Amino acid sequence: MESEAMTTVQSGSGATGRLTFEKGSRPFPDTEAVGSSIVGAGKVAAGEMLADLHRSESDLRRFLHGLPGVDQVGADARAASLATRSIKTSAKLWALEMAVAMVDLTTLEGADTPGKVMSLCAKARRPDPGDPSVPPVAAVCIYPDLVPVAKRALAGSSVKVASVATAFPSGRASLEVKLADVRDAVKAGADEVDMVIDRGAFLSGRYGLVLEEVQAVKSACGEAHLKVILETGELVTYDNVRRAGYLAMLGGADFIKTSTGKVSPAATLPVALVMLEAVRDFAELTGALVGVKVAGGIRSAKDAIRYLVIVNETVGEAWLEPSLFRFGASSLLNDLLRQRSKQLRGSYAGSEDFSIE
Amino acid sequence: MTESYPTHKSEGAVGAGPVDQPRGIDDPPGRLVAADRPEQIFEYAPAPESRSIVHLRSSYGLFIDGAFVEPVDGNAYKTENPATEEVLAEIAAAGLEDVDRAVEAAGRAQKTVWGPMSGAERAKYLFRIARIMQERSRELAVLESLDNGKPIRESRDVDVPLAAAHFFYYAGWADKLDYAGFGPNPAPIGVAGQVIPWNFPLMMAAWKLAPALAAGNTCVLKPASTTPLSALLLAEIIQQADLPPGVVNVITGAGSLAGAALVAHPGIDKVAFTGSTEVGKDLQRALAGTGKHLTLELGGKAANIVFEDAPLDEAIEGIVNGIFFNQGEVCCAGSRLLVQESIADTVVERLKRRLATLRVGDPLDKNTDLGAINNAAQLDKIRELAAAGEAEGAVRWSPSCTLPDRGYWFAPTVFTNVSQAHRIAQEEIFGPVLSVLTFRTPEEAVAKANNTVYGLSAGVWTEKGSRILWMAGQLRAGVVWANSFNRFDPTSPFGGYRESGFGREGGRQGLGAYLDV
Repeated sequence: MESEAMTTVQSGSGATGRLTFEKGSRPFPDTEAVGSSIVGAGKVAAGEMLADLHRSESDLRRFLHGLPGVDQVGADARAASLATRSIKTSAKLWALEMAVAMVDLTTLEGADTPGKVMSLCAKARRPDPGDPSVPPVAAVCIYPDLVPVAKRALAGSSVKVASVATAFPSGRASLEVKLADVRDAVKAGADEVDMVIDRGAFLSGRYGLVLEEVQAVKSACGEAHLKVILETGELVTYDNVRRAGYLAMLGGADFIKTSTGKVSPAATLPVALVMLEAVRDFAELTGALVGVKVAGGIRSAKDAIRYLVIVNETVGEAWLEPSLFRFGASSLLNDLLRQRSKQLRGSYAGSEDFSIE
Repeated sequence: MTESYPTHKSEGAVGAGPVDQPRGIDDPPGRLVAADRPEQIFEYAPAPESRSIVHLRSSYGLFIDGAFVEPVDGNAYKTENPATEEVLAEIAAAGLEDVDRAVEAAGRAQKTVWGPMSGAERAKYLFRIARIMQERSRELAVLESLDNGKPIRESRDVDVPLAAAHFFYYAGWADKLDYAGFGPNPAPIGVAGQVIPWNFPLMMAAWKLAPALAAGNTCVLKPASTTPLSALLLAEIIQQADLPPGVVNVITGAGSLAGAALVAHPGIDKVAFTGSTEVGKDLQRALAGTGKHLTLELGGKAANIVFEDAPLDEAIEGIVNGIFFNQGEVCCAGSRLLVQESIADTVVERLKRRLATLRVGDPLDKNTDLGAINNAAQLDKIRELAAAGEAEGAVRWSPSCTLPDRGYWFAPTVFTNVSQAHRIAQEEIFGPVLSVLTFRTPEEAVAKANNTVYGLSAGVWTEKGSRILWMAGQLRAGVVWANSFNRFDPTSPFGGYRESGFGREGGRQGLGAYLDV
């Protein structure tokens, strides 16, 4: 159980302030489309109910705090139990290749240069130059100023360019600056934008502010896909993770993402479990399928497979696909390749047999 | 963009794949069909734990006075693997003379060696047994799964570690009995006759032996006839630990013969029994007036109570763990789900979705969640009660799963529309069968939970701490789990109310059952 003190952050003031949103900025432009599908009338009503939440901070708070709580001990135990699944032979090979295709190959350093990014892109297109049957990764993930470099380097490939934005990683800047950051990335050709939520606003209970920012970034993204980083290491409790996940989804996130990779702990199995439960329940409520990206600290193929098991047994097979599940990682890719070649050839390749990016 | 994204939001919907790939009728609710690569699904390949670590002998004798010996009249029976009906080994069937020999050896060892020994010395032996159990844990786990039918995941992660933990825990008490709260110099009772069931063969042996030995008693242990192998391997470990001869004796055979002779033996000072309420009652009748100490751990029909403010995902896991852990062959299983009416439909729907992911099959496969029923008689009993549930009008549901052709199998089963008056709400099924009942108020939940002849365990699921404490005070059950179920620890006493028995095992209280206090 999480203690009351940890889970309930009382807003000091302004909890009842009315939010105003432009008409048409509802998070479910497709609510009608969903309604016409087989989902049924109940789900449309749910979607509209959720859309109404945007109009008042207190409704939003009531909704988020009305979500079922997460028992920390139970969630940890469930994740630990799923981590004991033993994935062997054909299943392992399948999982390793799927994981490669789900990698957002990442470099987010102050020292990044065009040269470094071009090298990363080459690795992304052909992770294993000696074996063309290895699929390309899903995307490269870089800072906004390097998007043009990546865009050129990846032209003609299926690899997307994902750019972090919104004053990544802290998110401590004005909305105007954040939006400019996003527009910059999108203008340079980013296919995906990885934004951070305002953890300060979230932890002080200003949920409307968080939602409003996500919505504003979503509309600044235009065609680009939006991944919303919750930075779960700073949210700390699983209740917060679930609520922040819902906020991001209500704001129109295409993906919810665990971490920036700059805060410890980054992705953990129980956090991924809680987020996957949230996207599963959100899909049931609204019909919208939102993806999950786990990022930070995932270095081994074994860990990656554990995440795939949790995906498989929580949301099911539909999410086992790069458009709905991603790994934000750098060194993970080579371990996946190493384990794959071991699976195919029966012995381990040397660490120098795979290119560093 | 060079490649367009699949447009999940406009086309996809829960329960449906893309338009050209409609959801199959047989697909479990809530599961989705992969959009682009229908041929590629994450199908776990078999991951069997190797049997080679276990060296099964063709026949096993009785463990008496520190050695494996043949039974006097040479009788034997066969023990089989319930998952395949394959015969595993021949097991000695102890007769009256064998029981005599075992009890005499235990009496001698108690008076001459184990009783006089200092607590610190006894502790060394118990620590040694615990460590060897850890060292040989894989062997113990594989053997347990072979003989009992339980999944290797459970024997490896629960049974064996807990069994070793009990020895570690009580080893720590052996030289501190003066401080256990029973006054200075508490004396052992003498020779303990211990009869244990087939659901947790090794763990029950550890629960019985560890506190008895720590307190200075010697033991004659009678494992269940269908699951003798892990107790015999434990005997081998005890030999390896150089425990003085006669301190622990293991006799195998039928409960009606060897078990009955053991508890009736005049050389026995204390009887500890875990098993069915029926046998427990007979035992208590038989022992009345003999002056023998008695503790009983019997059946149960635990209520797992889920309030509307429960942590829902974890509650579902708790329900699954409560009734499908060890195929439901658990005396404290949460076999009655009491769910608040306001969330009953949601809970049942989510439970069914979860059960569709349960993996039933080969107990030695590391990914198996539900193994085989231990024996044919038990399977018959489960079938009979499930049929009675249907006949009484409850609605029966099981996820689609393929059961192996050979062996004793029962699919996970949920009964809804169950009333308190139904047999499946009253009688212990001891199998993977859950009865779902509803309630409206906390008082009603308590009344229904307590409306049973048993009182071993209960579970309460709510995020409201004060309600947990209130419920724990109201429920007549030896263990009340809060937002968890089937969690065991050697430091925590375990035992029942009413027809679930008396006496406690585990914790400081567990020592009381083996001290003359």
